[in-house]
Amino acid sequence: MNFKRFWALFLCRNLEFLRDRSALTWNLLFPLSLIAGFAFAFSGPGLDSYKVGVLGESSEDRACEAGEFCQLRYIRFVPVTDLPLAVAKIQRHQLDLLLDPGGRRYWINEESPKGYILERVLRGTAEGLPLSKQTVSGQAIRYVDWVMPGVLAMNMMFSCLFGVGYVIVRYRKNGMLKRLKATPLTSLEFLAAQITSRLWLILVSTALVFIGTDQIIGFPMFGSYFALFVVFAVGALSLISLGMLVAARTTSEELAAGLLNVLSWPMTFLSGVWFSLEGVRPILQKAAQFAPLTHIIDAARAIMFDGAGLMDISGHLLALTAMSAGALAISAWLFRWE
Amino acid sequence: MAALLVAQHLVKHFRGVKAVDGLDLNIPAGCCFGLLGPNGAGKTTTVEILEGIQRPTSGTILYRGEPLGAGFRQNIGIMFQSTALQDYITGYENLKMFSRFYQRTLPLPDLIASCALGEFLDRDTRKLSGGQRQRLLLAIALVNDPELIFLDEPTTGLDPQARRNFWELVHRIKARGKTLLLTTHYMEEAYHLCDIIAIMDHGRIIAQGTPRELLAAHFGDVVLQLPQTDFPNPPLPAWLTVMQGAETVEILTCDVNAAIRELIAYNISLAHLQIRPRTLEDLFLELTGHELRA
Repeated sequence: MNFKRFWALFLCRNLEFLRDRSALTWNLLFPLSLIAGFAFAFSGPGLDSYKVGVLGESSEDRACEAGEFCQLRYIRFVPVTDLPLAVAKIQRHQLDLLLDPGGRRYWINEESPKGYILERVLRGTAEGLPLSKQTVSGQAIRYVDWVMPGVLAMNMMFSCLFGVGYVIVRYRKNGMLKRLKATPLTSLEFLAAQITSRLWLILVSTALVFIGTDQIIGFPMFGSYFALFVVFAVGALSLISLGMLVAARTTSEELAAGLLNVLSWPMTFLSGVWFSLEGVRPILQKAAQFAPLTHIIDAARAIMFDGAGLMDISGHLLALTAMSAGALAISAWLFRWE
Repeated sequence: MAALLVAQHLVKHFRGVKAVDGLDLNIPAGCCFGLLGPNGAGKTTTVEILEGIQRPTSGTILYRGEPLGAGFRQNIGIMFQSTALQDYITGYENLKMFSRFYQRTLPLPDLIASCALGEFLDRDTRKLSGGQRQRLLLAIALVNDPELIFLDEPTTGLDPQARRNFWELVHRIKARGKTLLLTTHYMEEAYHLCDIIAIMDHGRIIAQGTPRELLAAHFGDVVLQLPQTDFPNPPLPAWLTVMQGAETVEILTCDVNAAIRELIAYNISLAHLQIRPRTLEDLFLELTGHELRA
């Protein structure tokens, strides 16, 4: 690996990206406007549904120990087994009330209007039951907060897949790769320059979008920014590797666009960008684990809203690293200049 | 002259098609070697094998008497017929990028001056004219001060001024003792630039020599050219070969005086008569046929 050759190509690729104003604007404005749109759309009163976490193995049966409370309509009872996590969800307003029928206690967030109403309902319907009240406090996680890591990751996905995969196929089709092959440049130097250039550009543009939307909308952040950066860096690498895989031999831009769409759109819908995967079929949940986007989004949300550290999300990082290594190894093996 | 590049018994198969069929070539150092042939003759495949872009099915290529090694690409410059450059990058940035790929490079100011790039050096390569683009591509091919330069149809699509301008650049490169391998469809260009010409067809070399040698070896006659309107198609003697064109008639003869006497005898007007020697184009058509190739 000759660093001078790598650096020459890296610089030119960066210039190409930065001078392509339409692509640059799209990369910055698309996620910004999407998040701003969500912030506006969901800034009104929320949907009138209530969510109660019920602690225990067979939570629905135990909920019935709380009298008529568990029979009430328009309340969604969610089984929970991890008490600290459930309490954290009460703090973030992701659960409106947490009930421990066995322990004869319940939790509410004192700043949650829904929690206040549910407590009144619980007291009214479980009158004979001695329940001790536990209170927590914490800022609500709005839908726009929740969806923001997904939108950032999705934008990163499109930029990595099309910005690397499609561009290399275009280079191959218009003869630029053939011209580079006629120089002492090696395929390793070429691929390394493409990966590095896209990686740092996407990290900078994602950071700019994050800072910009945070200034306008203000997001909760319970974890470390460094951990979030690591997730986006490892995640971007895995998506770039996927783009490389598509571009390794493809010679038609139309085919490349088709393959990239086949990869990107299912990921967009099955990786939890727009909605939580808790309610979807188990087979789809399992399939989603093979998508890098799922791991990026889950890890980013865990850091931002649950305060998870790098060790807590090590499973996601491991999965992303394995995907990157696999895709890069195969694409390096398959790669052809022409 | 010592051979710089030698190809021995080159064969290249593509899915059952023999694109190159036992080709032998010997390119002396310091010469401009022209490789001519109709479409589909195997020129591009041959040149790409010589450049090291493609691998032959069998055969050997020797550069300075040695098989092509890792250092070969440091010593060659290539100008493909059609090469895209990175979008949004100026001519200078392209030159700079390519210069960083090589161990030895020419000083960029010298290269810019010799290829006359100054006027458009800071322009995005997408906005260059055909001639400017070809000059930039030539400069890129020369950036490493190569010993051997491949020019693949370098003037295709250029207007006559740009083509003449390009020829001047090639003359200057030749004057510096460089070796060139040129492919072209323009016979005038080959005649003007090449010291040695090889004509290939069906994957083989069918004729090779200096332009003069080739013409002398294949033709002893000259061409008398008349407009169709001046030629009533008289019964000329058999020793005069008459070739009917769309607007002209060409009469091939080894004895111009006798041929003119015959024409006068039939009262044919000689007001628009042109006499020209045989050209490379005549030779090319004679050797490769007149049928249309894909």
